[in-house]
Amino acid sequence: MKRLVRPLGQMGRVGILLVALFGFAWMDPSMAQEEGALPEGRITAPEAEEETPIVEEAIEEVVVEEAAVAEEPSGPTLNSGDTAWMLTATALVLFMTVPGLSLFYAGMVRAKNVLSVLMQCFAITSLVTVLWIVAGYSMAFDTTGMEKGVVNLFSFVGSLNKAFLEGVGRDSLTLAVPEPVFMTFQMTFAIITPALIVGAFAERMKFSALLWFMGLWLLLVYAPIAHMVWSGDGALMWDWGVLDFAGGTVVHINAGIAGIVAALVLGKRKGFPTTAMPPHNLTLTVVGASMLWVGWFGFNAGSAVAADGNAGMAMAVTQIATATAALAWMFSEWLAHGKPSVLGIASGAVAGLVAITPASGTAGFTGALLIGAVAGTACFLASTKLKRACGYDDSLDVFGVHAIGGIIGAILTGVCVGTLGGKGLAEGVTLGQQVITQCKAVAVTIVYTAVVSFILLKLLDIIIGLRVTEDQETEGLDIALHDERGYSL
Amino acid sequence: MKLVTAIIKPFKLDDAREALSEVGVQGITVTEVKGFGRQKGHTELYRGAEYVVDFLPKVKVEVAVTDEQVEPVVEAIIKATSTGKIGDGKIFVYDLAQVIRIRTGETGADAL
Repeated sequence: MKRLVRPLGQMGRVGILLVALFGFAWMDPSMAQEEGALPEGRITAPEAEEETPIVEEAIEEVVVEEAAVAEEPSGPTLNSGDTAWMLTATALVLFMTVPGLSLFYAGMVRAKNVLSVLMQCFAITSLVTVLWIVAGYSMAFDTTGMEKGVVNLFSFVGSLNKAFLEGVGRDSLTLAVPEPVFMTFQMTFAIITPALIVGAFAERMKFSALLWFMGLWLLLVYAPIAHMVWSGDGALMWDWGVLDFAGGTVVHINAGIAGIVAALVLGKRKGFPTTAMPPHNLTLTVVGASMLWVGWFGFNAGSAVAADGNAGMAMAVTQIATATAALAWMFSEWLAHGKPSVLGIASGAVAGLVAITPASGTAGFTGALLIGAVAGTACFLASTKLKRACGYDDSLDVFGVHAIGGIIGAILTGVCVGTLGGKGLAEGVTLGQQVITQCKAVAVTIVYTAVVSFILLKLLDIIIGLRVTEDQETEGLDIALHDERGYSL
Repeated sequence: MKLVTAIIKPFKLDDAREALSEVGVQGITVTEVKGFGRQKGHTELYRGAEYVVDFLPKVKVEVAVTDEQVEPVVEAIIKATSTGKIGDGKIFVYDLAQVIRIRTGETGADAL
């Protein structure tokens, strides 16, 4: 099959149930023609929206309509509504990293390291952008050599046929939006994922080591996991039927596990946990968390790759789960420590956003309440009790919020698709089977990212060293690494 | 002449300033300071990590006065800043060797 079959990408994720149901339709030879005769987007959209057997009828109808205008040159059609929304969503997701996540993290570190965190997020944004066009996009979304049900090299990683965005241009489409828009949308996901890891080793990593690690991690961990989950028929986890609408495995478990591995390999900050290391400016943190909340509508609702009912549902359940998790963390802390905290409610909101991410295309309103409540409570326990008990120094709780929230979300996605007002399971799939599929995807993601991240970090530690010197750490990374101060008061 | 130095609760600064004006004080110097006394510190909690903050923010007010003014000034400060609770602060009175007004070169009580 030529690489003409468009990466199903995130729209495909929406339609994953249908893929399981009507896998044959995706293999229809007519779909495989270059700029095929059928308007893919127009077919895929109803398919994804209506998970009922009338999809076949829908295809027939479209075929009939096509026949009626057969004399006109036909091809995948650009939908301006979808495109307008995806342009907006892409900007929203970039806004999550700079400035949202940057501020969220910057407020939680000590004043002497505030610039280092902002710098790391900003540099990752720039570095990933360049690497994404060089090879990242191709390795994540190129579909050369993929065939449904066949496990080969291309089930794990895309070819380099789209390196330097070969073949991506003004006229190429993904579903009903220009491929440059889809490519940039996915780029913003590839940016925020490594940026999330920054929180785990904040206040102690060498900047040069960070750049090397993030560049290699993007290509060797992010791109393959994104490929396995999202790139369509023939991709490993896609073929299992895993549900991951906007990145529970690809983004959050991936970043959370890489984070805990990095925290362990780098070791604790000097003085942890005996020295006080309170957040230096929680106002920044709350502003950042609020920006994340707003930007996340682009992340989740944008993952429909269309301005349709799926996007609308994704937006609603995102809001519901986030608010529920914020309250859950707040009340948990109130019960455990006697007072509700601002850092707590903001952290709870982020935990809810993380957990609803994989489920946002399939969960119903009640499911969103469940996911939010469980994630808010569990992430609170992980970030406070578990961290204290185990004694690891995951500085800003990347593991406690993103890995734990991601795992809870990924597993509950399997539960909430079939119950509590969810979209409904694929035909022939039981709730138990779907949950097992979700668990398998979680396990593969954890093992893959843990092993490769560990190897990368160990190699870099040997070659260039990961940590700043003790003196630099005491002085603060802002002065030690950047010759600047965040505040001149 | 004496130098009266009062360490008070920050939110009592305006009351103290008013009370001092009423007893004829023409100028004061205010500094934001930190410290601890019997009030000790307080605890802060961030994601389960509890920190004891030893040094509490206070305000230091310095007033240079003639010997006769010491008593009314001290009383004015106490009246304005006392809440009856632990942490109200302290007043220190020092002997003052000399005072010079920079602009005119006046010295002693004339410079106050």
